[in-house]
Amino acid sequence: MTQPSTIPSEPSQPSAHTPSGIAVPDVVTADMVDAAKIGAPGQYPFTRGIFDNGYRGRLWTFRQYSGFGSAEETNERYKFLIAQGQTGLSVALDLPTQCGYDPTAPMASAEVGKVGVSLSNLAEAELLFEGLDLAKLSTSFTINGTAAIVYAMYLAVADKRGVPRAKLTGTIQNDILKEYVARGTWIFPVRPSMRLIADSIVYSNEQTPRFNPISIAGAHVRDAGCTAAEEIAYTLANAFAYVDELVARGGDPNAFAKRLSFFFYVHMDFFEEICKFRAARRYWARQLKERYGVTDEKALMFRFGVVCGGSSLTAEQPYNNIVRVGIENMAAVMGGAQSIFTCAFDEAFQIPTETSAEIALRTQQIVAYESGISRTVDPLGGSYYVEWLTDRMEEEMAKVIQEIDDYGGTVRAIEDGYLQMRIARRALERKLDIDNGERVVVGVNYFRHAEARSELGEVFRLDPAAAGKVVARYQRVKDTRDNALVERTLAALGHAATRDDINLMPLLVDCCHAYATVGEMVDTLKQHWGEFQEPVRL
Amino acid sequence: MSLVGKRILIAKPGLDGHDVGAKIIALALRDAGAEVIYTGLRKAPEYIARIAVEEDVDAVGLSILSGSHVQLVRETMRCLREAQGGNIKLFVGGTIPQEDAAALLEAGATGIFNASQRIEDVIAEMGRQLAAS
Repeated sequence: MTQPSTIPSEPSQPSAHTPSGIAVPDVVTADMVDAAKIGAPGQYPFTRGIFDNGYRGRLWTFRQYSGFGSAEETNERYKFLIAQGQTGLSVALDLPTQCGYDPTAPMASAEVGKVGVSLSNLAEAELLFEGLDLAKLSTSFTINGTAAIVYAMYLAVADKRGVPRAKLTGTIQNDILKEYVARGTWIFPVRPSMRLIADSIVYSNEQTPRFNPISIAGAHVRDAGCTAAEEIAYTLANAFAYVDELVARGGDPNAFAKRLSFFFYVHMDFFEEICKFRAARRYWARQLKERYGVTDEKALMFRFGVVCGGSSLTAEQPYNNIVRVGIENMAAVMGGAQSIFTCAFDEAFQIPTETSAEIALRTQQIVAYESGISRTVDPLGGSYYVEWLTDRMEEEMAKVIQEIDDYGGTVRAIEDGYLQMRIARRALERKLDIDNGERVVVGVNYFRHAEARSELGEVFRLDPAAAGKVVARYQRVKDTRDNALVERTLAALGHAATRDDINLMPLLVDCCHAYATVGEMVDTLKQHWGEFQEPVRL
Repeated sequence: MSLVGKRILIAKPGLDGHDVGAKIIALALRDAGAEVIYTGLRKAPEYIARIAVEEDVDAVGLSILSGSHVQLVRETMRCLREAQGGNIKLFVGGTIPQEDAAALLEAGATGIFNASQRIEDVIAEMGRQLAAS
């Protein structure tokens, strides 16, 4: 440990380097900016945004991530949020559902309904969406290892209610590569996982043309510790792996790329965050055009959602987080996000209360309707600093993507544990920078209260009966469903798992309709595919 | 406070996939001289206890961010005792609300750490506790 044992009582002047390590001059002048690279909003390469009129045509979606306990409790919270003006749902699922365990599995017992809602079979999904209009509401699922199954379940709910599939809008995260790197809800090895993702994308493009079958996410590697430039670079490297997979299956990127979407964190360095999005849009469009020969302008558009908060929030002086999220929310808007989730101020350490969840949503409404920053498209376009930093961020992310290519590609870097290691080391660096006072976190390493004290007015407590309710209902479903039908649909799924020429999605939908459980479907696939072996490297 | 000669198992019980904290602390403990073993994700308490005893560690550090800490700490302690590892000290890190600290200590945890504590302080505290054993 080289850190000093005490840190200065007040921070020095802001660092001349951005968190991604870019050295920023005192002043940026016109001659440092290449005006020819900027272009116009709504036009290739989309530095200034994918729409020519920005948010004047349509505001971003207010999409608060929410879910806990049982389907009924979560359904109630959704109705509350919609009544408060939320415009899209974002479903948080519990870890057993995410990792493919039924609520009665030994590994699951401590975690049913803890970090999200339990969704083990169609009966739960029916309760979750009870009274909500699936034809109107766009629904996003943060689900990866079991994404194809949850998507199938959503289709089954729509089918049963008579909602035409073509009307469904929303997103499944469905990005397994970053799970191996940072989020950890992987199940199967890389190869069959990539096949399952390709199956779901192909099926979704046919069946639910308005639905995003993948949201390639950098948010989790970012929150795990990497820089903004690395966040984009790792994500685009994964995105190229998915594009390669789909192209190898005969897909036309002019078509499928229109439904690829992205998801990132917004942390506290205001301009770096804005510029990373401007740079990512430009880099992605150029790569699709030059590497994959994409010509359709719509397929070149980099569409993304964001989350504001995460590890930039602190458990100390939690009300400060409201300000942090407000600043991050503004950066997301200046960066041109299509959907925004603002974390609640207590989200760093508990499931938000109704009050904190409401403040998070109000933050977005204040930014959207009071601040006026959405009045004109890309209001910072042409700023010397913003354009200069956009160029630097683009160079930085291209450099990192090159490093991954040099290593042998993203899949190899993941299977070897190389990327995981890079992120862990970055995380330790960031932690030590905070510990030794080089990176300022108000209330944590500077401007602390002399004595520790609890400052939270309201604490969220899960209904302790929720898990029991979920388990009882699960048993009832297993007792009352047509078990012969379940066995038949699972057998068909198992058969198809061994055949690369069969799309698994229709079989998963059949399983869901028969009330097969997530655990049963996952176990069936595991029998044929095995499980991912995590490379543990320190 | 030196951790030279100490063997420490860093473990992720349950299904929680947030392993940054576990990895940060594993790397930092190693930098401080300890021999560190990391389990990887999603390990059952029985497995963690078995590895701890087999590897003859001085301490186990559990990293839990899913809110399931009380149950998982109790389980791991029980498994450690059953595997004749009752003398192994158990530390817990993650998102642990203050009001749960008493329950964890009562279950047998030696120390509880959170993300905003300085690594230096965490290592010093672990060193003190392990020197006392």
